[in-house]
Amino acid sequence: MNKKRLLSMLALILIVSTVLAACGSNNNREDGASNGAGKPAEAKEQVLHINMSAEPPTFDPGQAQDSQANTALKLMYEGLVRVDDAGKEVPAAAESWEISPDGLQYKFNLRKDAVWSNGDPVTANDFVFAWQRVLDPTTVPAAPYAYQLGYIKNAMAYNAKKVTDFSKVGIKATDEYTLEVTLENPTPYFLGLTSFYTFYPVHGSVQNNAAWATDYKSMITNGAFNLSNWTTGQKLEFTKNDKYWDKSNIKLSKIEASLVASGASELSSYKSGQLDFAGAPNGEIPSDSIPTMEKQLPKEFSKKGTAGTYYYEFNVTAKPFDNVKIRKAFSMAMSRQDIVDKVTLGGQIPAFGFVAPGIKGVKDEFRTEYKDNFFTENVEEAKKLLAEGMAEEGYTTLPEITLIYNSSESHKKIALAIADMWKNNLGVEVKTENLEWGVFLETRQNLNYQVARAGWSADYNDPMNFMDLWKTGSGNNDSGFSNAEYDKLVKDTLVSQDNAVRMEKMAAAEKILIQDEQVLLPIYYYSNVSLTKENVKGISVNYNGAIDFSRAYFE
Amino acid sequence: MVRYVANKFFYMLISLLILISATFFLMKAIPGDPFQAEKKVSAEMKARLMEQYGLDKPLYVQYFKYLGDIATGDFGISMKKLNQDVTKIISDTFQTSLKLGLVAIVIAVVVGVLLGMLAALYHRKLIDNVAMILAVLGMAVPSFVLASLLQYYLAEKAGWFNVLGFDKPLDYVLPVMALSAQPIAFIARLTRSSMLEVLHADYIKTAKAKGLNWLTIMFRHVIRNGILPVVTYVGPMTANIITGSVVIEQVFGIGGIGKVFVESITNRDYTLIMGVTIFYGVILMVARFLTDIAYVMIDPRIKLSGGKEG
Amino acid sequence: MAINQTKTSQDHVILTSEDFRKIGTDEKNSEVIQRESLSAWRDAWQRLRENKIAMTALIILALIIIASIFGPLISDFNHYTNDLVNTNQPPSSIHWFGTDELGRDMFVRTWMGARISLIVGLAAALIDLIIGVIYGGTMGFFGGRVDEIMNKFSEILYSIPYLLVTILLLVVLEPSLGTIILALTITGWINMSWIVRGEMIQLKNREFVLASRSMGAGNARLIFRHLLPNAVGPIIVTLTLSVPSAIFSEAFLSFLGLGVQAPVASLGSMISDALTGWMYYPWRMLFPAILISLIMLCFNIFGDGLRDALDPKLKK
Repeated sequence: MNKKRLLSMLALILIVSTVLAACGSNNNREDGASNGAGKPAEAKEQVLHINMSAEPPTFDPGQAQDSQANTALKLMYEGLVRVDDAGKEVPAAAESWEISPDGLQYKFNLRKDAVWSNGDPVTANDFVFAWQRVLDPTTVPAAPYAYQLGYIKNAMAYNAKKVTDFSKVGIKATDEYTLEVTLENPTPYFLGLTSFYTFYPVHGSVQNNAAWATDYKSMITNGAFNLSNWTTGQKLEFTKNDKYWDKSNIKLSKIEASLVASGASELSSYKSGQLDFAGAPNGEIPSDSIPTMEKQLPKEFSKKGTAGTYYYEFNVTAKPFDNVKIRKAFSMAMSRQDIVDKVTLGGQIPAFGFVAPGIKGVKDEFRTEYKDNFFTENVEEAKKLLAEGMAEEGYTTLPEITLIYNSSESHKKIALAIADMWKNNLGVEVKTENLEWGVFLETRQNLNYQVARAGWSADYNDPMNFMDLWKTGSGNNDSGFSNAEYDKLVKDTLVSQDNAVRMEKMAAAEKILIQDEQVLLPIYYYSNVSLTKENVKGISVNYNGAIDFSRAYFE
Repeated sequence: MVRYVANKFFYMLISLLILISATFFLMKAIPGDPFQAEKKVSAEMKARLMEQYGLDKPLYVQYFKYLGDIATGDFGISMKKLNQDVTKIISDTFQTSLKLGLVAIVIAVVVGVLLGMLAALYHRKLIDNVAMILAVLGMAVPSFVLASLLQYYLAEKAGWFNVLGFDKPLDYVLPVMALSAQPIAFIARLTRSSMLEVLHADYIKTAKAKGLNWLTIMFRHVIRNGILPVVTYVGPMTANIITGSVVIEQVFGIGGIGKVFVESITNRDYTLIMGVTIFYGVILMVARFLTDIAYVMIDPRIKLSGGKEG
Repeated sequence: MAINQTKTSQDHVILTSEDFRKIGTDEKNSEVIQRESLSAWRDAWQRLRENKIAMTALIILALIIIASIFGPLISDFNHYTNDLVNTNQPPSSIHWFGTDELGRDMFVRTWMGARISLIVGLAAALIDLIIGVIYGGTMGFFGGRVDEIMNKFSEILYSIPYLLVTILLLVVLEPSLGTIILALTITGWINMSWIVRGEMIQLKNREFVLASRSMGAGNARLIFRHLLPNAVGPIIVTLTLSVPSAIFSEAFLSFLGLGVQAPVASLGSMISDALTGWMYYPWRMLFPAILISLIMLCFNIFGDGLRDALDPKLKK
């Protein structure tokens, strides 16, 4: 049996050497990522490492519609204006602008030193081209965010083929460097809107090249960074654009983004020093680790409110939530403070209204000027309302309620916590049902539910962005709510010039929505939880949580 | 041989057609469409998009158009990853999955077979027990737990590896370990089980009685016969590993085809779902075909002409 | 002696009708070669009992099953009520396994999870076994056209991505335990059928089968008396593997958010929930992970023991 032993020795050696080969490569590893504390070499290089939980579906500003693309496009492009940390519009591609007294005419004077990454000057025609491309009904595929340009005169009519002559649309390049825009109605937030990606200029060469935004080599951009490498589903690399007019204020030489969906991996990577920034809006710090991170890394940890609302909506067309008293009972019979303190843990603010903080009002924030005191949590009152509502509807016991949410760890936790509160406080039976994303959206849209999770974050800085949603027939109104008075208030707001009157009307509309009708059950106002390495400065976060890494730097 | 291959190829084509049809109609039966989002596009806009992508036509029209397109090698463009060629997405991500998968397979087969052989040779001895406990442990821990443990202890705490990324050779270690643990365990058990059977077979006793050289017996009979079930397993396993392990790719941030596939389903990215499914099907069929061939080469009792009887 | 002889010869002549009787079917078949099956199983059981490791595994499995049935009953808590004041508490005399992120008792949840996981695993494995043996047996036994067509069918089914099938099923049908089991078995049986088929092909041309056939054994007898009992080793091994693999697949579905509906949990979904926080609250992963690993370990070890016991060739 010596041979047997020989053979097994051979086998053993092979196993051991395989394992060793795997481990052995440790020794000749390239150092850098492991020593998270110092990283002096990388600091000098000014290379920022971030993570995006998903690959941006497109790098075409006209087609983009998500927050990942927003982060990437903010690096690669520059609109007429930028919005700074304080929420103020500052010159970008436009050096200056004039607004007519009636608020309908905008004249943008473009800077003459701005060039595309191929050296061509950025002209007013590039904006006209880009905006026409978004609005053109023959654009393939149709630009889903075309309505963002809808404030411009005849823009939506052109998009809907009601106006065929583009010269009737309120977009004109009066010369190479002057862009004139005419609006349909006075829109106080239009200037800020032009910093949004749908308004970015696009180089004329993309006209006949549908695939231009699918290859980083063929992208011609005008922003502070160029997309210099792209490994599908794995990595994006942005390199500083040496032709950018404001390049002296750009200190980073490179931004590298990994593309990992797992929040746990992202955090782990941050802690090991592989990432310089982790968390919202492009990634996620798992709520389980928030308390520990807050304690362990107080200087790196940040939670900051953003203009968005997390809420549950009722299907007001189906039993039992067609009864407003039952809706109110459910809304009162829970503790929002417990949800944000014990469940979500991310410094969110309990919500009792729909318009989120951070949205501008007349002088201050809308939420400061009009408090969200539409109702208070009160279990006794809730029980009373439920009993009344049930009596009105002829129930002796309430049938089991089903709450639907889309698959996600955090939605699940919140749903379970709230369902348990309802059970305990109201003595009702509640079933929570987790649905796959696409199925969830369709179920909600078809009014095939009783209570459903929902969320809304601002695209532009005005309460209208929130109130618009609940109009009769609004595409995003999945509650079946329809109220003539509400519709009129929203419509009046659109044509009004006086901002104080506008805000007054919107506050009145919100009162109908929440206090009178309780169409939705607000839960909390969103916050961004993130970690930033101490030596990283200059990351700018917008009122709605959108992030701009372009001016970041290492100290 | 030529007839056999031609016959197999013909069947593969038919299988593929059925696979395509089944997937196509299954996919369309799932609620949702590629253009849905939390912030919905207007009804008119959605109608325009549906028209532009030909999704407004009756299902059978879409189906035959798709068949026509792929017959000419056109897999279309992704509906969510805007204007990107499905073929390019697949080839890009598959390269990544292939790199990871091949390493994992080689490790799995080598380590698994050796462990199994050792266990069989020392049946009911210490080595057997140790090897089997190792194997069973490998199977007892879910791959996402293993990945998470490896990531925390070896990357975050020890700092030996990167947590994320897939650039340097060193980046392969953790995903490969997480990916191959279960196949190693499976192969080790299979090898042990079938080696034991062979070791106790009469022809081995005969060979021993005839005084044949021990090494000759091992290589010509024991290993050759003992490895047969492993070959059956390795075929589909290869296809599975290469076409991507979603979990491992998600945890380690690897841009592989598994990740793309899951995303494509969530996005209802019809062209991409079809493309990846067809690709996956072809890989699986080829893997099974090669398994059959390998079977024939190892086991002389099986002849090609009559399927696997004989 | 002589007297006796004459007596015998005298008796010999006289034959009455009572001396004849009908021969039953049993004796007609006495030519059929077949071992006493009962003693073979008894034999196997004897050998299994001698295998200490396998028996330990069996006992642990039994204990886990008992605990998953009765464990939740001996606790004051249930698996769904939240306690937001006591979230993420370490194990204590009140909460033996600690509490989770919503303050739910981990002890009850762990055993409830084990119950769900075992139900999923056993049900899926059983369905796999039944379909796999019938389908694979038919393929392997009949061969030719039948084999080719059925094999093709299973290959095609196998190449349809099961995630697609699963999502579809979970959408079309009400999401429930039954749907998950169905989703797991819809492609899960294929592997079993291939194993059975392979064994059948190998066995059916063996001498003892040919002999039995030549003595007039019918297909059913061949399959159930000769082929299946001899293929039982690989079938059992595959079966013991398909229980844990079903439990794992369910865990994988949980990881993708398609598992059992909360607040019901399986071990897999509990582990998947704990993944983001186990570094801080290790007990949330530890107990379900230990239990799932124990279940895997025991099924595998017991399966191995069973295999050794059932294989007469391994008799010492």
